[in-house]
Amino acid sequence: MQNYSIFNLARHAMGGHRGWKPAWREATPKSRYKVIIVGGGGHGLATAYYLAKVHGIRDVAVLEKGWIGGGNTARNTTIVRSNYLWDASAALYEKSLKLWEGLSQDINYNVMFSQRGVLNLGHNLQDMRDIRRRVNANQLNGVDGEVLDTAGVKRLVPFINTSPDIRYPVLGASWQPRAGIARHDAVAWGYARAADSLGVDIIENCEVTGIRREDGQVRAVETTRGVIEADRVGVVVSGHAGVLAEMAGFRLPIESHPLQALVSEPLKPILDTVVMSNAIHVYVSQSDKGELVIGAGVDSYNGYGQRGSFQTMEHFLSALIELYPIFSRLRMLRHWGGIVDTAPDASPIISNTPVEGLFFNVGWGTGGFKATPGSGWVFAHTLATGMPHEINAPFSLERFHSGALVDEHGAAAVAH
Amino acid sequence: MNTAPLRWHIDMLMITCPWCGPRDESEFTYGGEANIERPADPEALDDAAWADYLFMRSNPKGWHQEQWNHAHGCRRWFKAERHTVSYEIRRTWPMDEESS
Repeated sequence: MQNYSIFNLARHAMGGHRGWKPAWREATPKSRYKVIIVGGGGHGLATAYYLAKVHGIRDVAVLEKGWIGGGNTARNTTIVRSNYLWDASAALYEKSLKLWEGLSQDINYNVMFSQRGVLNLGHNLQDMRDIRRRVNANQLNGVDGEVLDTAGVKRLVPFINTSPDIRYPVLGASWQPRAGIARHDAVAWGYARAADSLGVDIIENCEVTGIRREDGQVRAVETTRGVIEADRVGVVVSGHAGVLAEMAGFRLPIESHPLQALVSEPLKPILDTVVMSNAIHVYVSQSDKGELVIGAGVDSYNGYGQRGSFQTMEHFLSALIELYPIFSRLRMLRHWGGIVDTAPDASPIISNTPVEGLFFNVGWGTGGFKATPGSGWVFAHTLATGMPHEINAPFSLERFHSGALVDEHGAAAVAH
Repeated sequence: MNTAPLRWHIDMLMITCPWCGPRDESEFTYGGEANIERPADPEALDDAAWADYLFMRSNPKGWHQEQWNHAHGCRRWFKAERHTVSYEIRRTWPMDEESS
């Protein structure tokens, strides 16, 4: 792998920048791999990278039906935080946040991780009680956080409407300073490049159409580029978890919903943090290009059409304008919908399945981006050892039988 | 699986309430997958069968039978068959009628 550094930049500048090589090889599928990862999003690529790096398993293929960075990795609002309520979730997302903090150095790719802090607003007394409880729980779990009052929010975001007579007044917020945003494409490209350099085959335009089993054991996957055998298969998809589960002959407690977001025209720097509101479903941050990145809750109905419903957009834009009257004349540039797989308890499923050798890492709902490194880390462990890592043990498929759900509707921050 | 033609909506869905006729989507609330029957004798089920009833969903990419409530209209529940890619709704019918 050619190292990205100031010296290499200077060296290639001499050659007019004609000497750069593609960041990863265009691999053709072999007939057999030790591990196949279905889904070349951030999570799948991170899984492949940690499999090769931490567990020394390099005979790995990542199958992507489209192209790297073309799915939900490129369709989210890039918020990274770990202020979840329950111990199980705090451990998972905090592991992820810790990996984020060293990620650019680790994979030699600038993912532009910017720890600019996240505010989660409270609009009534119960919101504030919940925020206090969650921040206390966070602090006990070693996750940074504090409770701010209205003045504290105003200090961080001077133009937010803190008038007491708006429909949902801002009474305060939880504040996690180590949270932030990252460049989503760079995360996919960086992990792809790093995994490729360790020998992982990244195979684009390769859609999985079937999962072959024998005696309850996974044998191979059927793809649009032929049948590929494998000892173990890890499914790391979003938006199509149910479709893949059906191929393997079982059902998942998952429903797929469109989640939409939009981006405004670029502005001068105005917002140097991330502000989310649970109750009125709008969250906003400003990208390095100056665009406001705005997101909201999921559409209520199941859907695979990658677009959002009109009244959901109207709802979160009216919330945006009430909280930030200064944005009322802002024009929007782009709008898109991604498909998120939501589980009944708003927590992911990182688990073995009824099929031996087949593992699923799905159901991240609206909050998968932040978990990309941590998800890959624990799923690599699961694929390498056949057993869950202690961090993902609570996120098994089994929990829907035992009733030990990890209810994170409160901290998921987006209506599921 | 994915047979219906793609039709791009730029506005909201138009849903035909069996009693009130075609109305905007914003008058309705969604009630999830249809035809999930509560087991007659829950005590007799094992945990897996109970979980199957409570949590497992078919979540198809294609035609989906689902429940809607005309919340800002007659407030009655009904069933609809909607395509989960094109969002086309091909029919709606009252809860107590057979689907075909």
